Amino acid sequence: MLSSPVIELEQISKAFGATQALDRLDLHVEAGQTSVLIGPSGCGKSTLLRVLVGLIEPDGGTATFEGTTITPQSVHALRRRMGYVIQEGGLFPHLTATENVVLMARQLGWPEPKWRSRLGELAELTRLPTDALGRYPIELSGGQRQRVSLMRALMLDPHVLLMDEPLGALDPMIRFELQVELRAIFRRLGKTVLLVTHDLDEAGFFGDFIVLLRNGRIEQRGTLEELVNEPRNEFVRAFVNAQRSTVAPLREDPRP
Amino acid sequence: MSGIARHLFGVLVLVLSAQAVFAQEPSVTVGSKKFTESVILGEILTQLAATTGAEVEHRSELGGTRILWSALKRGEIDLYPEYTGTISKEILQAGDAATINEIRDALKAEGMIVSEPLGFNNTYILGMKKDLAEKRGIRRISDLARHPDLRFGFSNEFLDREDGWPGLRRDYALPQRDVRGMDHDLAYRGLAAGSIDIVDLYSTDAEIEYYGLLALEDDRAHFPRYDSVIVYRDDLEGRAAEVVTAISALEHAITAADMIAMNAKAKVENVPESRIASEFLGRHLGMQTDRRDVGAWERFWIHTVEHLFLVAVSLAGAILIAIPLGVIAARFSRVGQAILGTVGIIQTIPALALLVFMIPLLGIGAAPAIVALFLYSLLPIVRNTYAGLHDIPRPIVESAIALGLSPSQRLRLIELPLAARSILAGIKTSAVINVGTATLGALIGTGGYGQPILTGIRLDDVGLIMQGALPAAGLALLCQAAFEIAERRFVSKGLRIKAG
Repeated sequence: MLSSPVIELEQISKAFGATQALDRLDLHVEAGQTSVLIGPSGCGKSTLLRVLVGLIEPDGGTATFEGTTITPQSVHALRRRMGYVIQEGGLFPHLTATENVVLMARQLGWPEPKWRSRLGELAELTRLPTDALGRYPIELSGGQRQRVSLMRALMLDPHVLLMDEPLGALDPMIRFELQVELRAIFRRLGKTVLLVTHDLDEAGFFGDFIVLLRNGRIEQRGTLEELVNEPRNEFVRAFVNAQRSTVAPLREDPRP
Repeated sequence: MSGIARHLFGVLVLVLSAQAVFAQEPSVTVGSKKFTESVILGEILTQLAATTGAEVEHRSELGGTRILWSALKRGEIDLYPEYTGTISKEILQAGDAATINEIRDALKAEGMIVSEPLGFNNTYILGMKKDLAEKRGIRRISDLARHPDLRFGFSNEFLDREDGWPGLRRDYALPQRDVRGMDHDLAYRGLAAGSIDIVDLYSTDAEIEYYGLLALEDDRAHFPRYDSVIVYRDDLEGRAAEVVTAISALEHAITAADMIAMNAKAKVENVPESRIASEFLGRHLGMQTDRRDVGAWERFWIHTVEHLFLVAVSLAGAILIAIPLGVIAARFSRVGQAILGTVGIIQTIPALALLVFMIPLLGIGAAPAIVALFLYSLLPIVRNTYAGLHDIPRPIVESAIALGLSPSQRLRLIELPLAARSILAGIKTSAVINVGTATLGALIGTGGYGQPILTGIRLDDVGLIMQGALPAAGLALLCQAAFEIAERRFVSKGLRIKAG
């Protein structure tokens, strides 16, 4: 299938002091794919998302989003086509769940019936209880907060979801429940997703492709099977073995 | 002309003619210093001037010489009672005591006219308790050189003045080292309580008799003459010649005994200065004068309005300026350090000094006080705005950016609401400090709760001090409560409820 890439990174570099977070990195992400960025701490996986959303300006290289080069000037308009979700949700504590979700839409002048109906759709999609909508973030459970955060990211119907360890702060039971729901949502919406995790199991569960990073460079890009069965180098093998040592052999999809 | 138009025309004519009447009555402002004798003389001048039909205002208890002199030069007051010695040493800064004619000529060049002496010499003297003086065998100031252990408590003005302690110590070679500066009226109490031994006195002070003090002889003639005179602006003769004529009735009319008696009435018997003045004018000059006595509640109300005005205007100005400064400080770190440093330095200037600095620029009254209070209010608000914005967690700010909010939307919708509690706390701090500091404004003629405090200290009247101190404390508490309510209004419930 030949479709134009939604995200294209060419020779992207970024250093924080002596640390090279991204090192002349190339990456293409096709529309509708879910790609998972994985790697040890400090490998540059979060930095990559932050470059895309314009929180960080790269030292060198070009990042393109749907054909437009991301610059400090262009990124503002591009952000409306991206949904960004972070580990703790990044919800605004002074606004209720509803206010968080519809904030940007209201700023863009959406009439109330329109944002209300969109809010309802998203609450249904993310299975957020209606009574949680009027609560403040501090009154929500961790799982509910991430549902609200996802609703907020999806409000303007973005083309791409950028998720930085969205389930990283949840306890295992809720995390498992949300993994299943999240993948169902990704499939249903058919959006392009770029998700960062440090858990290979989660990466295999979500990703059409897994991108394994180390020291700001891509060590291998492929499916989980490819990473397990055809590691390109010793690092990939070691990383896969370290992560999978306690987990049962690869399954197709054991979860409902 | 229609009915309404005719009515309007009538009102207009009334207003214009009323203005014409006011314009014909000259308006004259009398000033006085913050000690009782000056207030009494100011009151006598005020009532005397008012007999001519002029509009006369008495701005009483305006700090010290420098404040009165600048106010006179700026035309904020037209006349005030002064002493020749003070003029020559403090205003003219002449090395030797000038004669009254030299003083006249020198002040003429400044556009000021000095009246004939009013008839009494209120010079500085040193006083101590009679029994102590007897025990130590002290009668003259030169005797003090043999008693280096004596403790001196001098008024702050006396400590600073060239003809005060610095010159006195030189002329008499005094060895004492325990020399404290304090309010003149408090010094008497220190003397009575035995915590100090020697104070500076005015020779017409009522307390000399009251506390049983010995006035030490100035055997080396250190102190110049302090003949009481009236100083007025030379334009007063053109504006209100009758007033100048009226006040000249006081020349050579007040003896030292008269003045001591009047001072004693005020300080010992607590008779209001306005009554003392009108009794003096009635008895000695056969004049009937109007005096306005203001009831306690009316006075309380006036002070409340004056105080609230100072606090409200200065605080409102500070809020308008300090919040944007705090935002700028949080946005641009280098400019921010400069802003925080500057407002921090302002805070270290003593309140009284700041008030006095303002006088040459803004004169006396509410304007300099409001500016000073405004400057003091900046730091807590700027700092708390800065801290409130600075402490917003990075992920929240980044989420707002990633969501596509513009910088101004972020500030308005996210950052300021999140910093609201901290900003409000800063405003609250400023308001409470302001309520307290505003009491000092009375020294430069702003009125407010500081006025009864000032008068109470002067008259040694604790009840009067409380009339200022208690409402000021109450107002501070009220501010506190008001801000607690404001917090409920301005700080989101999402930030007020505790986790768990």
